[in-house]
Amino acid sequence: MTGAEMVAAALQAEGVEVVFGYPGGTVLPIYDALFRYNVRHVLVRHEQGAAHAAEGYAQSTGKVGVCIATSGPGATNLVTGIADAFLDSVPLVAITGNVARASMGTDAFQEADITGITTPITKHNFLVRDVHDLPRILKAAFHIAATGRPGPVLIDIPKDVQNSVDDFTYPDSVHLEGYNPNLRPHMQQLIKLAALIKASNRPLLYVGGGAIRAQTSEAVRTLAEKLHAPVVMTLKGLGAFPESHPLSLGMLGMHGSYAANHAVLECDLLLALGARFDDRVTGEVASFAPNATIAQIDVDPAEIGKNKPVDLPIVADLKRAIEALLPLVEEGNLLPQRQAWVDRCRHFAERFPFAYDRTATILKPQAVIETLHRLTHGNAFVVTDVGQHQMWAAQFYPVDAPHQFITSGGLGTMGFGLPAAIGVQIAHPKAQVILITGDASLQMTMQELATVAQYDLPIKVVIINNGFLGMVRQWQELFYEKRYAHSEVVSIPDFVKLAEAFRIHGARVDSMDGLDASIEHALAIPGPAVIDAIVDPQENVLPMVPPGAPLSAMIGWWSKEEEEQEQQREAALYGGRLT
Amino acid sequence: MNRRHTLSVIVVNEPGVLGRVAGLFSRRGFNIESISVGETDNPQRSCMTIVTTGDAPTIEQLTKQLNKMVDVIKVVDLTEEPIVARELALIKVNCSPAHRAEIEALIAPFRADVVDVGRNALIIQTVGREEKVAALVELLRPYGIRELLQTGVAAMQRSGAAGPVPVDKKEAHG
Ligand SMILES: Cc1ncc(C[n+]2csc(CCOP(=O)(O)OP(=O)(O)O)c2C)c(N)n1
Ligand SMILES: [Mg+2]
Repeated sequence: MTGAEMVAAALQAEGVEVVFGYPGGTVLPIYDALFRYNVRHVLVRHEQGAAHAAEGYAQSTGKVGVCIATSGPGATNLVTGIADAFLDSVPLVAITGNVARASMGTDAFQEADITGITTPITKHNFLVRDVHDLPRILKAAFHIAATGRPGPVLIDIPKDVQNSVDDFTYPDSVHLEGYNPNLRPHMQQLIKLAALIKASNRPLLYVGGGAIRAQTSEAVRTLAEKLHAPVVMTLKGLGAFPESHPLSLGMLGMHGSYAANHAVLECDLLLALGARFDDRVTGEVASFAPNATIAQIDVDPAEIGKNKPVDLPIVADLKRAIEALLPLVEEGNLLPQRQAWVDRCRHFAERFPFAYDRTATILKPQAVIETLHRLTHGNAFVVTDVGQHQMWAAQFYPVDAPHQFITSGGLGTMGFGLPAAIGVQIAHPKAQVILITGDASLQMTMQELATVAQYDLPIKVVIINNGFLGMVRQWQELFYEKRYAHSEVVSIPDFVKLAEAFRIHGARVDSMDGLDASIEHALAIPGPAVIDAIVDPQENVLPMVPPGAPLSAMIGWWSKEEEEQEQQREAALYGGRLT
Repeated sequence: MNRRHTLSVIVVNEPGVLGRVAGLFSRRGFNIESISVGETDNPQRSCMTIVTTGDAPTIEQLTKQLNKMVDVIKVVDLTEEPIVARELALIKVNCSPAHRAEIEALIAPFRADVVDVGRNALIIQTVGREEKVAALVELLRPYGIRELLQTGVAAMQRSGAAGPVPVDKKEAHG
């Protein structure tokens, strides 16, 4: 069997339903094998799109996403998507061709040292020097990508290796001496954690994307309910716990809710579940959770105590750890202090929700997203790009299911949205997939509209069009004395005509009046649609914790006096019951 | 508090592994004072001896990041262990024929050897602990050192000791 055929056979053996890619000279043998082996392939319009589409596929299914590109420029075009997958722990296998071994190192046509380039942004990578190693490497790549803390793995296969012939048996398992993630929780540590929980009056679950990767939302929910502990989620953790649940305080961090951030300030026990104390979450890290004992469960030992010292570390698969913890803890709803704590958190959630001016005549971006939430019954897959619209999507499209909210968190990659939505829709052909994007983000990868059209993917693209690099404008307004250096998108394409050029339904909406009708129509038609929503260009994302400031420095839509009044009123109501 | 640590890192013996390990240090801002690499008894493994400085949390993070690499099989922090640590230095020093006897007498207590003799220079080879090498270099400096090469430390645990626990096992559960 040739090396190229081994790739196709391994994809089948791994149960890969689809690969996203773009052909070129050094992957022609692999493309020929994919063709002959009937491996489903989705042709993107730029390799970055292949990587993000594979990420969207992986993040919405929990399976490994696969992308393929040719050597040189094809491979380097994957880099942004690979880096994105690395920071968001997305299981991804990227396969690249390279020039023949004899030409490697000679600056041959379309040669790039892609293993060298991607070493810092992959969980691991392989340069295949001998076809004999290929079955083992393919197996190892899928194994490494999917297990422990998931991440991207790249396999670079020189063209002559693809054409070399050897026996093929695909191994059932692979033993890697240096890779053996510790999944089993240490019982002694769990017993200590149970004791901390028992002693805690104000516990808080701080849930990150790791909870979604570990497929453990059910256990998180059981734990929260059993402890009677409120839950805050990171941007990547959204959906790990239902946002409609009374114990949910929603997202924390820079643009998190008042209730979530306040709970972090006040809790006496912070239980970090698959969360990594990112600076967008903690603000000034020293003053994060200032009154709390901190326990952290993570499958990656290097995440424990990396940004913030923790009192109780537990290295384990999150699901196994929570499931083993559950029998060790007692029902918390019977404790009066727990009830007072939950009441206090809920009170803040109700008093200071995410809000905007609902009386405005101009179309507010938040109104568009709320309308999407209402008309899709909160059930759609929501994919976002990066910027203000991303934060509004997180704030105004609450989700209840894991895998439902798909966004570029760690790398913050503009252009992620459209190709990622393609991956989600390919994985879930019947599901409602909404892309919430920005006028600028969409322009980074808008050629993928051609992919949407080619495969007739019924994605509804909603552009929150504020005519600005809105998030940049907001920072300039707040931190650079309103000097708007190059943040105005001066020449915006006519997105309706653009959609039509790709033979996709396009519509524009610029007031509350036509909003419902326009979205309803887009949702009703069977194919894809683009809605260009012209919104208030001046709107800012609030609340906001200025970068590097403590969470207590949050700027909201309320005044400091209102906040203080509320604190006092609240203290009079519940204070006596809290210890 | 910053402290010197000697780490013994067992890795798979494959091309590119040294680059990966070195890249980890630069990318995450850890410093390397010296690194020496060689094949072990098992040709499928190499051993890197890395000397680095950092405070306790930095060294902890460094060892965790090293352990995380698929090519790294084991990391052992030898700092607290009874070890034999040696480095080799080659010192090319100015030496007129008139001074040769003087220099030879000078280096004798160091059990250093003259391994090359030129008209106006000698190459001296010394093997030992870093302090010894440094002391010899200082003694020779007044004659004029033309070239100095140091291999970096190779370290091995003394036999008979209980044996250090690999760092991952120590740290995993606090
Ligand atoms: C590839 C890339 N380049 C630059 C940035 C920096 N950046 C963050 S948000 C933003 C503006 C995004 O504008 P738009 O997509 O219109 O969204 P808005 O903030 O206006 O909602 C920029 C430039 C980025 N995140 N990604
Ligand atoms: Mg914009």
